[in-house]
Amino acid sequence: MKLRTLTLGLLSASALAFAAHAESITIATVNNGDMVRMQKLTEDFTKANPDIQLNWVTLEENVLRERVTTDIATKGGQYDVMTIGTYEVPIWAKQSWLLPLDKLGDDYDAKDIIPAIAGGLSVDGKLYAAPFYGESSFVMYRKDLMDKAGLKMPDAPTWDFIKQAADKMTDRANGVNGVCLRGKAGWGENMAFLTAMSNSFGARWFDENWKPQFDQPEWKNTLQFYVDLMKADGPEGASSNGFNENLALFQQGKCGMWIDATVAASFVSDPKNSTVADKVGYALAPDNGLGKRGNWLWAWSLAIPAGTLKADAAEKFVAWATSKHYAELVASKEGWANVPPGTRTSLYANPEYQKAAPFAKMTLDSINAADPTHPTVKPVPYVGVQFVAIPEFQGLGTTVGQLFSAALAGQSSVDDALKQAQDAATAAMTEGGYIK
Amino acid sequence: MARSVTTRHKTIATVAAWIVALLIFFPILYTIITSFKSEQEAIQGFSIIPSGTFESYSEVQAQSGYFKFFFNSVLLSVGSTILALLVAIPAAWSMAFSPTKRTKDILMWMLSTKMMPAVAVLFPIYLIFRDTGLLDSRIGLMIMLMLINLPIVVWMLYTYFREIPGEILEAARMDGASLWNEIVYVLTPMAVPGIASTMLLNIILAWNEAFWTIRLTTTEAAPLTAFISSFSSPQGLFWAKLSAASTLAIAPILIMGWFSQKQLVRGLTFGAVK
Repeated sequence: MKLRTLTLGLLSASALAFAAHAESITIATVNNGDMVRMQKLTEDFTKANPDIQLNWVTLEENVLRERVTTDIATKGGQYDVMTIGTYEVPIWAKQSWLLPLDKLGDDYDAKDIIPAIAGGLSVDGKLYAAPFYGESSFVMYRKDLMDKAGLKMPDAPTWDFIKQAADKMTDRANGVNGVCLRGKAGWGENMAFLTAMSNSFGARWFDENWKPQFDQPEWKNTLQFYVDLMKADGPEGASSNGFNENLALFQQGKCGMWIDATVAASFVSDPKNSTVADKVGYALAPDNGLGKRGNWLWAWSLAIPAGTLKADAAEKFVAWATSKHYAELVASKEGWANVPPGTRTSLYANPEYQKAAPFAKMTLDSINAADPTHPTVKPVPYVGVQFVAIPEFQGLGTTVGQLFSAALAGQSSVDDALKQAQDAATAAMTEGGYIK
Repeated sequence: MARSVTTRHKTIATVAAWIVALLIFFPILYTIITSFKSEQEAIQGFSIIPSGTFESYSEVQAQSGYFKFFFNSVLLSVGSTILALLVAIPAAWSMAFSPTKRTKDILMWMLSTKMMPAVAVLFPIYLIFRDTGLLDSRIGLMIMLMLINLPIVVWMLYTYFREIPGEILEAARMDGASLWNEIVYVLTPMAVPGIASTMLLNIILAWNEAFWTIRLTTTEAAPLTAFISSFSSPQGLFWAKLSAASTLAIAPILIMGWFSQKQLVRGLTFGAVK
């Protein structure tokens, strides 16, 4: 009797202990302001889901990309939720590396996700990653300098107007550069900007048969315009400038215009860190009248690797972090201006958000102006606005980025850079089996 | 006259040494200075006078607990050093006192493994760790750090051991000492300065190792290199916080290096003027 009681007692205790044991999921992410804020607010999730414990791994963007790729390709099983972008999602989904997100819950309202963003994260109509925050690119400009130059920025400027305004605003004696643009080499740095810009000049990376197009006049026009503009009106050492370097310049009042990610708007308009917070205006990315603007589309998104053993818990977390409820939670704790932008249509219809974020309408218009499935004037065989969604692009994009960065630095001519880019792209496409 | 020339040379050499030392140390000093600035101050150009705020330190601590990473760094650097010495002392002994015609080749081959880029073996190592369940484990990383630093440890100990006269070991053998007793009671005490400096250098190398420690860990075994990496941001200027994280990560090893500098220099220059 005693033995049976003892056994039953032990079994019950073990069962209780097992039930009380929380399932832990590991989330890999980057150190962006919105991601850091999410980590601070997870108590809301764990309160509602006491059986799920969250472990965070925050990594530098390139290391994160390399680590999650290694892990997912080798089925390492280190992560249950991954922060990835619109470049990875279509490639990885086609490889069956990601789980489709079809159990996000009845109140998730997936139809509320901005169509352009949902399109970039879906394959064959199925959503493979939920957007945490989305961005396009647009023009941020100094209203006071524009007035001083006697010009008025249109809502949808042309490249010629940007050049004219940059020339007039440049005042090197007072440390003001007419325009600040990315020059640092990298597929996600200068090539994100230049690829989007080239779309508005009618250029494309490849034709329908994957033949590289750097030997075409559209690319020559793009790169020559960019190099000339930066030489005349850009900051010194621009070939080393990426997002953060240009952000620092703009916040210190050293740029008349800056064409970059829409998320930068919340930084440049923050009076705590920006000396020009009350002088910033916004406009759509420029065009050349060819039907495409020079803006990109990107969404840092949460995806679940196919190898996870905790898919249900992971999907619960993804649903929470990308829900309308989360947006309201951020608004209640830190104000509407700090809600992750660019993912849900309802956010842009919210008058409180519109009031708190003066750049809201322009952000939404910019996102809507980008179409990752038809990114260029001429037809292309690929998806992606500022990238080509093929595995070879990371390496090739960085190689071409180095060549174009060298042209900006004056180490090579535009023609040489384009010729070398054409050779590198032809070699990569032939090796990858795209060109037979 | 000769004395004044010598004094002038000494002064010039001292000033030059101070300038070089300051140039080398300045990036570290500026990181420490920046860690006491606000984010706005940090981006406002060069300035060596901070406002003295501790804001970044408290935010860094709140965002990712420092002590867990610190504990892992201590465990991994000390653990891997002990493992390396256990393997390297007998290896260096055999190469120094019982060399064969292939000893030099083996030493060169060991050193040549340091010339291979780590990324070249990332996938095989990752797969081995995955299949043996060593991903994100302290013991797995300890073995990895031991292996990557082993060639340097063996080489350093080999150099020190070669300075010890073989006759002393022969005398111990004639007195009936076993191989174990010879290594533990005769060789090791004589080579203490060399072993100590090797140990210190290995701890520093293991502490600073960033490639494998970031790629083979997630949450449990992540050391301070992963802690710093988590503060690098692609979108957003968090230079003060990044500087605070870096200062916290390098402070322990900097303090250890300061207190043991005599030992380190003596060990590193051992046999250099022969």
